[in-house]
Amino acid sequence: MEKVKLTGIPREMIALRVSKEIKDGDYVNLGIGIPTLISNWIEGRDIMLQAEIGMLKSGPLVTDEEMINQDCINASCQAVIEIPGTIYFDILESFTMIRGGRMNLVVMGALQVNDKGDYAGWANPSRGLDVGNIGGSMDLVAGADRLFLAMEHVAVDGSPKIVKKLTFPPTTTGKVNMIFTDLAVMEVTSKGLLLKEVAPGLTAKDVQSVTEPKLIVSPDLKEIEF
Amino acid sequence: MDKVYQKIDEAIADVNDGAVIAIAGFFACGVPRILLQALINKKVKNLTLTCGCGPMVGATEELRALVKNGQLKKLIDSYGLARSASKGRQDPFEQAVRAGEIELEVVPMGTLAERYRAAAAGVAAVYLPTGTGSIVEKSVVSSIVANRTPKETRIFNGRTYILEYALKPDFAFVHAHTADIEGNLRYSKTARNFNPVMASAAKITIAEAENIVQPGEIDPDCIHTPGIYVKRVVQVPRLKVRVGID
Repeated sequence: MEKVKLTGIPREMIALRVSKEIKDGDYVNLGIGIPTLISNWIEGRDIMLQAEIGMLKSGPLVTDEEMINQDCINASCQAVIEIPGTIYFDILESFTMIRGGRMNLVVMGALQVNDKGDYAGWANPSRGLDVGNIGGSMDLVAGADRLFLAMEHVAVDGSPKIVKKLTFPPTTTGKVNMIFTDLAVMEVTSKGLLLKEVAPGLTAKDVQSVTEPKLIVSPDLKEIEF
Repeated sequence: MDKVYQKIDEAIADVNDGAVIAIAGFFACGVPRILLQALINKKVKNLTLTCGCGPMVGATEELRALVKNGQLKKLIDSYGLARSASKGRQDPFEQAVRAGEIELEVVPMGTLAERYRAAAAGVAAVYLPTGTGSIVEKSVVSSIVANRTPKETRIFNGRTYILEYALKPDFAFVHAHTADIEGNLRYSKTARNFNPVMASAAKITIAEAENIVQPGEIDPDCIHTPGIYVKRVVQVPRLKVRVGID
């Protein structure tokens, strides 16, 4: 596959696009990376963020240094704001919610994903170690009603991250429902990846050129809507 | 029953070479750093630290000292490495793992929580769905190949579950916002995290607390860890911690 450099939307806008797909009333857990940025796009909406460190109704990220409370961080170790209704609990309670199936939606970052909804996110073999950081990812995907990935479409070196076959160790198999990248929005279906939206200025062919599995182009293909 | 020790060295006097110690905290939040510093000063070796989510990634300086002094044999954690691969390459801990000098065993976070809980409650093992479809289902995930013991699985109602064993540390080091002299503990916000489950899991739990009060001064309805789980209490200053991870 040729390495084409396509310009898509910035990370913040990927997060904004995902936020539009979250339903009011959802309990949601956000993974490290692009997913965390979603918390800045849902202020005022009826969405409950769960942070596996032990917090429900987590507020937005702290932007003013003076407002940092070192005892109030999210699962990505970022300072967050306590809002009316924020509650705290211990790790057992937290994973009772997670593994017990209370998360309507989990949004994770990923290193690779295939068209069957398998994804890899916990270890990059290029690091030269065959261990990595699992964190809460495997518990989150085990319990989630729906699983979204928010990620860059291609790796920094230009190689595809949306692949036919995972070459990195999987986090889970067959669980991913939707994929949001800087270039496209795709749904994982039983027939393969359904391309639903493309970044402004791009075509389905452009996206296909940096995607290993054959994409099914939606008859309603449109530009990414914010 | 007064459990307060004035000298931290006396509170950890029986932590010897080869001890298995649970270290509470979640990245930089709620980590018993003063107890870790006492452990460094004590120079005990061959230690296994069992964690939950990256307390040693948060306690960067303490980890560096433990590695430099050759005190660590093994670390068990869900998030034991630096997030950034390039920073990880510079990290003495990761270098020691690469060299095979320190073993890193990686366990999903919720699985660790349940393994401590099992130990706390006298349960031998539990069946968990976490990690099916990944290497976690096949074997222990260890940096040392010889220690990748195969896992047992069983199907319940059509779903695969993995048998995970209780994890009972010799000691737990926990960090509380307030302790009373009888060992009842209260934590602050997200600094609670792994502290309660580790406190109840270990044979001997040693709590560092930012404040120590008399019995009755913590609202009895607001105690997170009952004193029955806590053997010793030491008062520590509130250290400023760096929020964020590399």
